[in-house]
Parts: sequence; C-alpha cells; structure tokens
Amino acid sequence: MFSKDRWKEILQVLTTNMFRTALTAFGVFWGIFILIILLAAGKGFENGIRADFGNIATNTLFMWTQKVTKAYKGLPKDRMFYYKTGDVADIWENVDGLRFVSPRNQLGSFNGTNNVIRGLKSGAFTVYGDYPEIIKQDPMDIISGRFINQSDINERRKVAVIGVDVRRSLYEKDEDYLGTYIKINNVNFMVIGTYKKSNNNGNGDQAQREIYIPFTSFSQAFNRGDNVGWMAITAQDNVPITNIKEQIFEVVKENHFIHPDDKRAVGHFDLNERFQRVSGLFMAIQFIAYFVGVLVLLSGIIGVSNIMLIVVKERTKEIGVRRALGEGPWSIKKQILMESVFLTIISGMAGIVFGTLVIFGVNYLLDMNGPVMMFINPSVNLGVITIALIILMVSGLLAGFIPANSAIKVRPIEALRSE
Amino acid sequence: MIEIKDLHKSYKMGSNSLHVLKGLNFNIKEGELVAIMGSSGSGKSTLLNILGMLDELDEGSYTLDGVPIKNLNETKAAQYRNKFLGFIFQSFNLINYKTAVENVALPLYYQGVNRKERQEKALKYLEQVGLKEWAGHLPSELSGGQKQRVAIARALAAEPKVLMADEPTGALDSQTSYEVMDLIQKINDDGNTILVVTHEPDIADMCKRIVHLKDGVIVEDKKVDQVRASQYV
Ligand SMILES: Nc1ncnc2c1ncn2[C@@H]1O[C@H](COP(=O)(O)OP(=O)(O)O)[C@@H](O)[C@H]1O
Ligand SMILES: [Mg+2]
Repeated sequence: MFSKDRWKEILQVLTTNMFRTALTAFGVFWGIFILIILLAAGKGFENGIRADFGNIATNTLFMWTQKVTKAYKGLPKDRMFYYKTGDVADIWENVDGLRFVSPRNQLGSFNGTNNVIRGLKSGAFTVYGDYPEIIKQDPMDIISGRFINQSDINERRKVAVIGVDVRRSLYEKDEDYLGTYIKINNVNFMVIGTYKKSNNNGNGDQAQREIYIPFTSFSQAFNRGDNVGWMAITAQDNVPITNIKEQIFEVVKENHFIHPDDKRAVGHFDLNERFQRVSGLFMAIQFIAYFVGVLVLLSGIIGVSNIMLIVVKERTKEIGVRRALGEGPWSIKKQILMESVFLTIISGMAGIVFGTLVIFGVNYLLDMNGPVMMFINPSVNLGVITIALIILMVSGLLAGFIPANSAIKVRPIEALRSE
Repeated sequence: MIEIKDLHKSYKMGSNSLHVLKGLNFNIKEGELVAIMGSSGSGKSTLLNILGMLDELDEGSYTLDGVPIKNLNETKAAQYRNKFLGFIFQSFNLINYKTAVENVALPLYYQGVNRKERQEKALKYLEQVGLKEWAGHLPSELSGGQKQRVAIARALAAEPKVLMADEPTGALDSQTSYEVMDLIQKINDDGNTILVVTHEPDIADMCKRIVHLKDGVIVEDKKVDQVRASQYV
C-alpha cells in the first residue's frame, strides 16, 4: 500500500505543477492554522480564568449573614443575626454529602491601619480564625513549621501560621521567626509556621499576606463568644454543593428564626455554580473554535477536491493508458485518494507546525511582558493535534473521493480517445 | 491463439445506431504477424479494441488462448490485459512524467513484480529496442521513433501472449516507420504473436498475413510473402 513507487508517483504528480499545488495546500494550511490558533486562544483564556479560581476546592459554598428582610415568629425585620458554633453541628446532622464545614472568623485591618506588630515593625494583614480543614478547601503549601491542628483548637493555643509576605514584612531576612511572638490587635501569638499559596492570578500578592490562627483562640482573644463570621462548606465530589445548599440554608434559617422565604438573610457565594458556568463557557469557546476552524478547513478541502478533479481530468488519457497496461480500477482510485490525503496532511502539518510556532512566540511575549489579565499560557496539547490529524486524514479522503471515482468512471477506451 | 466467431459491433448515438462490424470470423495462431488493413472508418480500431478488451462486442464470441472473453468486470479485464496483451498506440501514449525505464516497468508494477526485478527486465527490453542509454530520459527528450520504441519495449515487458499495435507508424515518417517495422518483425521472429492495424499497404506487406476490412466485413484474408524492413533501414 505504501510502496516506494506510490510515493514517488505522488511526489511526481504533485510537483509537476508546483504553484498550483502550493496554492491548493495553502487552503488546508490556513484552515488548520486557524483551528489551532483558536483552540490555543480558548485554552489561554481558560487557563486565565482557572487561575483566578486558584486551586480552591471548587465544590464549595461560602456563607455569611446579612440583614433579615422578613418579620417572622414575632421577630422584626431589618435585624442582624450571627451564625453560632452550634449551627455547624446542626448542619452536619441535617445535611448529607458534606465533606468540610469550616466556620471562620475574620479580622481585617480597617483603613490601612496596622493591626499586627512585632517589635519595631508592623503591618496590616488579614487574620483568620480557622479550623485545620481549611487547608484542604483553600490549599496552601506549608513552607516551614506546621499548620494549625486539632489540639491547637482544643487547647485554644495562641499560635499563628503566617504568609511568606507577612514574614518578610515583620522579620529581617535571615532572622529566626519560628517560636517568636507577634502581636495581633495587642494579643500575643506564637508563630508556628509559614505558608505560600500557589495562586498565580492578580491578587496572588494578597494571598501571601494572611495570618491563620485557631478558631477557638480567635474567638477567645477577640471576644467573639460563639459567633461565627462565615462558613466555608465543601460537599463530597459526587454531590454538587449547588444541589444541597438550600438544605443548609433551611437549617440555619430555622436556628435563627428567619422566614423560609427570606432570600436575603443568608448571604452566600456558590463557587461550584460559578465554576460550572465558566466551564460551560469554555465548552462554548471550544465549540466555536472547532466550528470556525472546521469551516475554514472545509473550504480548503473543497479546494483540494476541486484541484484533484482538474488533475484527474488532465490525466484522463494517462489513466486510460495505465488501464490499458493493466492497472486495476482500485489501484487508480487508491492513487488519487493517496495524493489527496498526502497533500492534505502535508499542508495540514505545515499549518500545525506554523500554528505551534506562533503560539510559542505568543507565550514567549507573554512571559517577557508579564501576565495579561485572564490570559495564561495559550497552548494546544497532543490531544488537539491528534484530533487535527484525524480531521485532516478524513478530509483528505473526502476530498479525494469524488475525483477518485470520476477517475475510474471513464471507460479506458474513451479515456484513450480523449486528447 | 485468437478465435473470433460472428462478431458484431454497433455504436449507438441517440436513436441512430452505426453497425461497424458485421459478423467477422477469423483465427490467429501463435507466432503470426497479422496486418488488419482497411480504409479509414472501416472499423479496424473498433476490432482491435474489442480484441484488446478495451471495448465489448455486441454479438458473437471471442476466445483468447482458450479463455472465453465475456462479461468481464473492470478489475478482471485489467488483469487479463496485463497478463495477455501488450498495446502499442499511434500516439505512443508514454506517461510524460516518468522516465523511459519507468514507463517500460509499468506493466510489471501492475503485475506486482518487485522493484529490482522490474528494473532489470525494463532495462533488458530497452536494450532490445536499442535504447538502453536513454533509460533515464523523459519522453519529451526522445524523438518520435524513440518514443515508439520505448512503447514497444513497454508492450513487451509483461511478456504478453499477443501484441496489438494500432497504426504504430501512423505518426512517423517513412524511414522511422521502417525502423519500427524492422523491430516488430524481429520481435515476431522470436515467436511473438502480433496484430498490426494499418491503412498503409507498404506496412501491411511487411506482415505475414493481411486481413482486409471493408464496410465492417472481411473482404480478403491472405497470407503474403513478408517484405523485410531491414533492407530499407
Ligand atoms: N465511440 C464511438 N462512437 C460512435 N461511433 C464510433 C465510435 N468509435 C468509432 N466510431 C465510428 O465507427 C466507425 C469505425 O471507426 P474505427 O474503428 O475507428 O475505424 P478505423 O480505425 O478503421 O479508422 C467510424 O465510422 C467511426 O466514426
Ligand atoms: Mg483507427
């Protein structure tokens, strides 16, 4: 099938009219180039958006309290309320499919005033009172020491895990920091570890400027009683949090005498829903890339088919001679099909290579000039290349199909007579 | 070798039908060199095309080397042509992007002969027609007579049972024509069966038998004393 003679003949035929062959090849080249570029751009966009999510567990719901908007059971509207630590246990009890329920309290710095002091240095940082599970919901790398653990919670230890940038602000370059104390709102906490988050998006800097202390110590130190500022709730992988969030809301609404129809009281942010919507967008972008790319490619294919028809027409006599010499119709058909597939694949490969080079160049420029909003590492993977090659293979066959058939439709005697 | 019985052929053109061959009967034995003579339009090519399995007969029977030639599909016909027949055309019909030796090797390629053997055989036949040094040349670099000799080498390459030549000298001047006929005679001397279609009497006289066609019937079928072409060369 792939004998040397066939290849030789394919090359002989295609190089006879170089200019025409090149012009035909360009159609396919362009089509696959557009397809590759569009897919890569889509991927770059996707990477950009995904980086925005960081590697936070996406099946997560964040929940806080807002003003109550409906009077209920004798309680007025427009009142504020707080989640209590008891809510956590009630949620566990009443809702199935949960993985983590992490209550959290938070202390910010208001108006940029410094809330953390160490010796002569100070800084403004966000301080979280958290449970150890939070590290699984909002992953971070522990660079030194350790993260807060259950005994810290139980014993209300005044310990703190600080971001690498916090350390940089409060300590000299090679100063020991593990075991030293920092003052958060005038309460001493001992540094037990540093972390670094791998977010590479715009607020990556902010992510390294946080301090994690045990939830219980936080409540005690800053007089929060059993109040809970907000909760990060992650469901099991096979249970979309979006599907069970209403059940969670019901639990807290009942606990806090809120009207079941009060849509505002429970403030929340459904990361899963957001993530699914964005994923849908990626699908749509990919679909459009394929759609446009394949359409452009199609016009290239039609070009190939057209030229092959002309070539076959020009070679009518030759084909007649070959049949008179005893070449079977299948062999002739195969020859035309192979010419078509070969032309398509070669020009397609050129398109893939050129597209990849362009993507490479764009990546280089992106690296040189720093990150661009929502556009990171546009790329095509091996899967896309394989799909492109399969598309090329099939389209080459399709392009050659009609010409190949028309080549053997003419009877040899008529082919020989034609001049 | 060839047996024809009551062969009829008409061409249909719209509602008209042109009866070209009207019941031909003849046999050709192995080793014969037969000229099919006749004026233009007498049906010579039509006959040769049927014998060459390029066209089908309407009525009658055709047997080639004991094999009845009937209702062949294209694949089968191609195989038979390849195995049984070698064609020589008036306009040479070499493939213009292939060299002389590649052209000669073509029928062998269709037979599935391997590359090395193909090359050897093709060169051998090119040598036989005196064109070994031209093996690597394209047809466009050859003269008319040389082209026809390459075509003859190509027809010989598959070692067919019958060579069929339709006006092999029709496009050549008389000197070159005699050279080609000399070659054809020598090939016949080696025992090959050859059919030559021609309307030129001097060419026909160089064969051993003349079948004269007129208005679709054989008006004469005679053995002749062969005029050797070598005396003119
Ligand atoms: N394919 C065809 N369709 C219609 N008529 C044809 C066809 N081929 C040949 N003819 C006619 O048949 C007759 C014989 O043609 P041909 O065999 O080519 O004659 P010759 O070769 O003896 O000159 C001519 O009148 C020619 O016009
Ligand atoms: Mg004729």
